Amino acid sequence: MTTALPRADVAPVASAKRRRRAPGWLAVVPLLVFVAIAFGLPAVAIVNGAFSVDDATTGATTYTGANMTASLQGPYLTALLGSVKLSAISAALGALLGLPLAQAVVSSRSRWLREAVLTASGVLANFGGVPLAFAFVATLGNAGVLTVHLGLKDTGWDLYSFWGLILVYLYFLIPLMVLTITPALDGLRSQWREAALNNGATGVQYWRHVALPVLAPSLLGGLVLLFGSAFAAYATAAAMVGSAVPLVTLQIADALSGNVLVGQENVALALSLDMVLVAGLVMAVYLPLQRRSARWLDA
Amino acid sequence: MARRLTLWRWVVLGLAALYFLVPLAASAIFTVDVPGQGLTFDAYTKILSTDGFLSSLLLSLELAVATIAVVLLLMVPAVVALRLGSPRLRPVVEVVCSLPLVVPPIAFVAGIATVLKWGPEHLSRTPLFETFVVIQNDRFPVVLVLAYVVMALPFVYRALDSGLRAIDVRTLVEAARSCGASWPKALVRAVLPNLRGALLNASFLTLALVLGEFTVSHLLGYTPFAVWIYNVGGEQAQMSVAVSVLSLLLTWVLLLALAGAGGGRTRNANSRG
Repeated sequence: MTTALPRADVAPVASAKRRRRAPGWLAVVPLLVFVAIAFGLPAVAIVNGAFSVDDATTGATTYTGANMTASLQGPYLTALLGSVKLSAISAALGALLGLPLAQAVVSSRSRWLREAVLTASGVLANFGGVPLAFAFVATLGNAGVLTVHLGLKDTGWDLYSFWGLILVYLYFLIPLMVLTITPALDGLRSQWREAALNNGATGVQYWRHVALPVLAPSLLGGLVLLFGSAFAAYATAAAMVGSAVPLVTLQIADALSGNVLVGQENVALALSLDMVLVAGLVMAVYLPLQRRSARWLDA
Repeated sequence: MARRLTLWRWVVLGLAALYFLVPLAASAIFTVDVPGQGLTFDAYTKILSTDGFLSSLLLSLELAVATIAVVLLLMVPAVVALRLGSPRLRPVVEVVCSLPLVVPPIAFVAGIATVLKWGPEHLSRTPLFETFVVIQNDRFPVVLVLAYVVMALPFVYRALDSGLRAIDVRTLVEAARSCGASWPKALVRAVLPNLRGALLNASFLTLALVLGEFTVSHLLGYTPFAVWIYNVGGEQAQMSVAVSVLSLLLTWVLLLALAGAGGGRTRNANSRG
């Protein structure tokens, strides 16, 4: 794969008028061509596959809605709902726990603490995947350090479960929430609080009527972002629970590895399309919210 | 009131520290305190000599370098041109660069796998078939570079866009052109040095993404670093945790370097779950 710099930049152009026009769209063309091939083709393949069935004997392709219907039934539906439930709960918990943490950092005047927590959040929000799963297996898994030393086995503790997975997901979701909500918390003017308190409001009233309404778009935006992150996560779950917890990402991986009934190959693509639709919905909520909160913060 | 607030803050910070530090500490203990053997550093000393460690790490680094090169070559001219000329194309590029966020990696790889199957099925008699074979070369899977570039687009776009916002590109380029610089010279000598922070930012984010990527490479059947850790986990629990701890430290160092390189703190969130 070689990608040449657009020649438009190289051509010597004399007049100022033409100079301004020249680089414009030509420099964007390689990017668009690349995305059309590397992203467009797989996207077309997903949609095409989701709505077609290949006949095993004749090799003929027929278009049908059967895959989509199948992807919303039985174990596939269970997995899809399982993913939505897992993502919703972990996103809600992440937001609920991330907000006080961010507030604790913002309200303290220690620069050092602030830098330390935000840098750590940047690292931890990116600490997903296989290493995270193994760190938790070493801590709370069957032979994990805490499991053994605290005798958690007898209490019925099981890391390889729905709630165990949520505990692990929070490890990157809470820092993600802290990173998302901190700019919004910074945007809360201390004058607003003083004005509310001077007018006889209590701290709770200030939060209910002033701070939370201002924060609402950012909070919702963060919530939706967390949901999307948890929903798309695959590596952590694959390395930790295998298929003990029904998740749509694990189902797709299973199907791709050939562990499906004959004639159901394209159900993986139908499931992928389901995921894209959910993720698209999430982004459709997130982007306008982000714009709205930006308006408050820039004001 | 003030004291109660301070107390509340320390409780919150304390609990957070507990939750985030305990797994790290426990992982470290897990790697050196092996049941029946006592204290041992075998897990760490054996890493280097374990089959596949070096080759998988090298593969990941090569993929990262190629991905960074391609993504910057595609994106830098495009975003600079957007600043200089065609503002009408801005929303187009913005949407194109955000699209990968809507397709989860697992769905993306399902699409890629399907496209790759078209090769043997429909194209075996055309010259395109050769391309399909080449990009799936085991020693250097170009198809992964293509996928990673797509996955990095949103983050690279955001990094470059915020970097460009801080400088006046038009004046820079016009000054350089007035002084007789050619277009490439104006770009390389005047604009790029001013974008140093943003370029580093974008490169580090891409590097972190490629080093940790698991979903696409695993399902396409390649073995870069993250997949190797996963495979080792089945047989040697201690070592896989040791490598996990080291890879966290590596990410930490990378992001600290990023903060120090003047790119500012990463606000990026691309958890790979």
